[in-house]
Amino acid sequence: MMMENSILFLLGIPLIGFVLTYFIPKTKEYTIATIVKLVAGSNFVIALFFSINWLIAGSKTIHLKQLTVLKSGTYNFYLDFMADRLSIVYLLFGTLLILLIAIFSQRYLHREEGYKRFFSIFQFFAFGYLLILFSGNFETMFIGWEILGISSFLLIAFYRTRYLPVKNAVKVFSIYRIGDVGLILAMWLSHHLWGHNIAFSELSNVKSLHAVLVNHSTEAFLIGGFIMLTASVKSALFPFSSWLPRAMEGPTPSTAIFYGSLSVHIGAFLLIRTTSYWEDQIFVRLMIVAIGLITLIFANFSARVQSSIKSQIGYASIAQIGIIFIEIAAGFETIALIHITANAFYRTYQLLISPSSVTYKIREQFYHYEQKHQTMEASLPTKVANTFYSLAVREWNLDSNMYRYLWIPLKKIGVALHFLSIRRIAYVIVPFFTLGLILLATHAHLPKWVLQFVPIVFAFIGLLMVLKSFTERRNVMTSWFLVIFNQAFVVLAIAYNEHLSLFELITFSSGTLVAGVIGFSCLWRLKKIEKNVSMDQFQGHVYEHPKITLVFLIACLGVAGFPITPTFIGEDLLFSHIGEEQFILAGLAALSFVIDGIALIRIYSRIFLGPHVKNYHEVAKRSS
Amino acid sequence: MIDSSKTGIPAILENLKHYLPSQAPLKDFIHHNTLHAFQHDSFHEGITKANEIFGYKVYLEIDEYRQAYATGKISPAVLTHIINENVAEDQRSFYNDLLIHGNISSSPMKRIGTVRANWKKTYKVDMDSRVHPSLFRLISSYIDQGISTWNFPVHENGFLASIRSLEENSYSSFFQSKRAKQLLKDPSTTLEQLLHLLLGDEDLVEHYLFDQQFAHPGWSGMVAVLEENPSHLLNLKSVSFTDFVFLECLFEIDVLDDVFGEKWEPMSTFLSKLPTPLFAPLKQTQEQLVFKIWQEAYEWSYYDSVCSSLLQSVHTEKKINLENLSFQAFFCMDDRECSIRRHIEAVNPHCETFGTPGHFNLEFFYQPEGGKFHTKCCPVPAQPFVLIKEVQNNIKKKKDFHFSERNQGLFGGVIMTTIAGWISPFRLALNIIRPTISPLTSSSMKHMDPHSKLVFEGDGLQIENGLQLGFTIEQMTDRLEGLLKSVGLTSHFASIIYMIGHGSTSVNNTHYAGYDCGACSGRPGSVNARLIALIGNHPEVRKRLRERGIDIPFSTRFIGALHDTSRDEITYFDTDQLAVSTLKLHESYEKDFLAAFDYNSKERSRRFMSIQTKDQLASVHSKVKRRTVSLFEPRPELNHATNALAIVGRRAITRSVFLDRRSFLNSYDYRIDPNGDFLAGILNAVAPVAGGINLEYYFSRVDNQQLGAGSKLPHNVVGLIGVTNGIEGDLRTGLPYQMIEVHDPIRLLILVEHDPAVVFSAISRNPATFNWFKEKWVHLIVINSSDNQLYRFENEAFEIYQPHVKLVQEKSITEELFEMTSENISPFIIES
Repeated sequence: MMMENSILFLLGIPLIGFVLTYFIPKTKEYTIATIVKLVAGSNFVIALFFSINWLIAGSKTIHLKQLTVLKSGTYNFYLDFMADRLSIVYLLFGTLLILLIAIFSQRYLHREEGYKRFFSIFQFFAFGYLLILFSGNFETMFIGWEILGISSFLLIAFYRTRYLPVKNAVKVFSIYRIGDVGLILAMWLSHHLWGHNIAFSELSNVKSLHAVLVNHSTEAFLIGGFIMLTASVKSALFPFSSWLPRAMEGPTPSTAIFYGSLSVHIGAFLLIRTTSYWEDQIFVRLMIVAIGLITLIFANFSARVQSSIKSQIGYASIAQIGIIFIEIAAGFETIALIHITANAFYRTYQLLISPSSVTYKIREQFYHYEQKHQTMEASLPTKVANTFYSLAVREWNLDSNMYRYLWIPLKKIGVALHFLSIRRIAYVIVPFFTLGLILLATHAHLPKWVLQFVPIVFAFIGLLMVLKSFTERRNVMTSWFLVIFNQAFVVLAIAYNEHLSLFELITFSSGTLVAGVIGFSCLWRLKKIEKNVSMDQFQGHVYEHPKITLVFLIACLGVAGFPITPTFIGEDLLFSHIGEEQFILAGLAALSFVIDGIALIRIYSRIFLGPHVKNYHEVAKRSS
Repeated sequence: MIDSSKTGIPAILENLKHYLPSQAPLKDFIHHNTLHAFQHDSFHEGITKANEIFGYKVYLEIDEYRQAYATGKISPAVLTHIINENVAEDQRSFYNDLLIHGNISSSPMKRIGTVRANWKKTYKVDMDSRVHPSLFRLISSYIDQGISTWNFPVHENGFLASIRSLEENSYSSFFQSKRAKQLLKDPSTTLEQLLHLLLGDEDLVEHYLFDQQFAHPGWSGMVAVLEENPSHLLNLKSVSFTDFVFLECLFEIDVLDDVFGEKWEPMSTFLSKLPTPLFAPLKQTQEQLVFKIWQEAYEWSYYDSVCSSLLQSVHTEKKINLENLSFQAFFCMDDRECSIRRHIEAVNPHCETFGTPGHFNLEFFYQPEGGKFHTKCCPVPAQPFVLIKEVQNNIKKKKDFHFSERNQGLFGGVIMTTIAGWISPFRLALNIIRPTISPLTSSSMKHMDPHSKLVFEGDGLQIENGLQLGFTIEQMTDRLEGLLKSVGLTSHFASIIYMIGHGSTSVNNTHYAGYDCGACSGRPGSVNARLIALIGNHPEVRKRLRERGIDIPFSTRFIGALHDTSRDEITYFDTDQLAVSTLKLHESYEKDFLAAFDYNSKERSRRFMSIQTKDQLASVHSKVKRRTVSLFEPRPELNHATNALAIVGRRAITRSVFLDRRSFLNSYDYRIDPNGDFLAGILNAVAPVAGGINLEYYFSRVDNQQLGAGSKLPHNVVGLIGVTNGIEGDLRTGLPYQMIEVHDPIRLLILVEHDPAVVFSAISRNPATFNWFKEKWVHLIVINSSDNQLYRFENEAFEIYQPHVKLVQEKSITEELFEMTSENISPFIIES
């Protein structure tokens, strides 16, 4: 029992710290730092005792009783916690690094604008990280996953009045969102595979697991694929690697701990945690090996040509993670864990001392300079070597291709919908939606093929709404309402599928509606003060309106289904109503969910972050 | 600067380069006036232009001035005086209201960027976000001094030729469009052609190129600096600014081709109305005057109290008994040495101190043993012809595996990571708990091994790398004579004369060169100090000096030393050569120095939040030392922050004035220089060096985002030459936030002790120097030695200045003084 309680302590302490910090005035650096050090310190000590106890108790998997949050029919949303060797390894190096960085940052960030904000997000991140480590089912893990995503966004955009940090934060958030879809779809399939939300610990019953997986080979394969997608996104594997160096915009210690160690290794964690899902599927294993191998090769070249110290460390780290993935796929879990820990420590320290590279390397050069420097590439034919070189310098076009082949097509669709003004939407969409509701009320009388078809149509319209919202350049209100319309359409689409209870509808919409109204009033108020609030460029209104900014951020999170409102559970609930054969509907709903989040973060960033539109004070250049 | 023989695009580029930041690579970082391009205008006019053309913020925010007024930092009397000087009588009350609570609108829209913005307006193409990443990557990979393991395949004909050959011999390309590739391939393509394709109208070229380059002034400036002075790079790379602009234009064509095919029209076809030309005359506005008045009032409120203190001190000048001298010590004129001189004089009242530029009148290149290069040890503009070599260096150069190139490789990477990775957290924990000097530290002592030997004497005939090996006796004599006369020390030599250079220790500090001695090109002054002492002790030099009328007694010994300004430590050189009696004497003075450094660190600690100034002296000092080697300490010292004054005169007039580490102090005795010959030389250095430091602090403080480097916490080292934010941005120039946050942006006030007429003649000998004073980039006040009055240099003439503050307090310096406040302390007369 004590062990189980320790898990709650480990999770609760950073959360309490996070809440406490909120009430400390920002000028009280010492108090803030003391709280954070106490939190990180006690967490580390508890983690140590916990691990020792665990060893003495025979290194068995610890399972904390399920905590049901919502039950409706066969649907049961519960939180579930567990701890095993994997959690404990991550716990130990994670809490140690968090403690060291907390002490490090106390002085390092002295008098920095946003001192308090930094430590708030820092603790929130720590909470999310620990939640993932101890999560006993996908649902719990997903909460941690979302916390990690949003706190990453906030840390990258820590210098929120400059352009590049904000731009890159949105970029990284968008890529993370792709990973989130993988997780949602894996959850959805897994739900159908077992008929209920399943805890990871139940998977250890090998026999029943094997039987289920063999009977549903497609689903099993897809789950494996989705997990791999999510893991590759989070661990910056090929082809998602370019986000990692771009995430290095915050203060060096946060870059060091999150992008040097904790964040990037979470993908590997997911892979190991879900081993039972894919270990019998040779094809999935081969895919993991292949991706690891490709990553290793290309990241290695990239690291060798980088001319900036942080991106060099970033790519060197990615290359190691490629190897780690191969180790995991090959079944060498212990080796992988040793490798992960070492890589995390090594890269964190390397990043922390990266400013010293000037002193150190210039001195080295002064005493040991040699004109020609033979590298292994010298053995390649010139043309091949040059090709590799120039590709590696461009990071194999990964960043530009992401833009070219992913965002541009989405944007094009959105731009094609430019004729949709808010008025037209109201004229066309509202009646259409009402019609949908009426049809729904009478849907028992519709032919079967229509019933199969209609949800897809509505989900598709919903998707168009959010695409339009995502590309809106003028009216911020249009953008805001479209996101909410999108959710309404997705609900409508799924409602056709299976009968949704009123309770379920309320669960889902309550969060969206309340957050929607709050967000709307924030924007309305801002418009009243500032008159011209356009989406065309970054406005940076946080400079004068930090309070509205904070409230609006919370509203965005609410609408996006972040685990602060019931909408979060509602989302999972909705997905449980999508049949396992309805891939298109699931795909559309998932895509909506992804773009929803991105569109909301885009509104938030464009209105409130970036260089301020007023110039009576220092405003950063766009190239910084 | 500007070569007027050029016309067309070369002339435009030449002019453009002049406006770009001229900051050298990190290892050669030296302070200079950030807005040097506007220096031919008067201060207020120049910076107002910079504001309107480039959008730089050039004053504090209006609320900051008002705040200073409310807290008494700006004195009402001074403000009224400045209003009266600047505003006609009938408008004074209007301006008074406007200044104190009127509504001041935002700055005007900047002119830079208005032409190039049309791509986005008309074509909806975000040029910067598509061009910058490739451009920055190429130039940084090309220049990179040693971060990448696999280097850019450099072609001997420079940057563009290298890219051409890289593109031609490769299966992949940086360009998307055929036309851009073709244009690059053809060596006869000119920049003019590219600009014609883009703009279609010659009249747009100037504004467009300014827009384009000022979208990333950091990189453009770096290229321009390296073209001018390639020797900043150890790993030589030849770059040309024209090549760089060529490449950027080519990328722009590529972007447009990629979006529209080759069917787009040049800018002139859709640009109906031209924006205001960049350099068109400005309109006079009320706001400009408001900021000017506030700034002047801010400055004179401080200067005024300094002036009255000095006047008071001049009237009650305290002479030290020259017959009873203990020792003499030369320090660098650096403002950081201002307080240590005060402390050593307090500890040992019989000593005499001098201030002079820290290269001690020696100009040479220095090559440490084992060094593959030589470094300049004198002011940047000087061109030394002498090489000094170090032999018998016994310092071992330790390595750190965290910087090993092997950490990226395949198998090396795995082994390196898994083994070294387990050591890293212990290293980190150790540095957090007990930081010590490590291979990562930039230590002032690493410049030269104190126990090595310097080869400094030569016959003038031995040449190495085009440099003369060592100084000849005659050259040494000239330099020592010059030094002694410039500070006014030609008789009454004490038995020990310390020559103290300075350097700084810090870790995780990319701007370390800015912490060392500016007069030694951003290196510690150890070699110079040691060398001048060796010269001073040379019997042959002494003999020749005697022939020239300077008789240094046989018993007098010079001792070279290095003061570490961040650690407050001192290292003496060659003390093993001292005679036993001198050594004994030296050992007793060493104790005085130790005590003085304890006090000095206590005084400095009042600005450090992490140290309780009230603690025991020794404990404060050890904490001060500790923060210089802590990885997480972004402020090892505060460097020149708060600098505001430069006093050129005898120590006698400043010795009893408390100046709070805010003054450069250059010793000078008007009595032995009636014509101002030495003075001219001193001011030729003080105005640009101290003035440059001061203005760099000023501009980095008022616009830390555009003229400064922003917070150093997210900085990323690029190519070992500069820093960026994150991995994609432009190079950041100027000073980081952590260096300037406690600085009050006021111009330098230079105070000179002499006759105004002589000073006038001294400053007018060099037009560049005269310009500094005439256009008011520094203020000048003369303390007239004959009538003990102050004369202010205004409108190219001297006028009497009567301070508003009539009587300055007399206080004694106690430890409590430093425990009271972390703010600036107003000048006062030191009770003795």
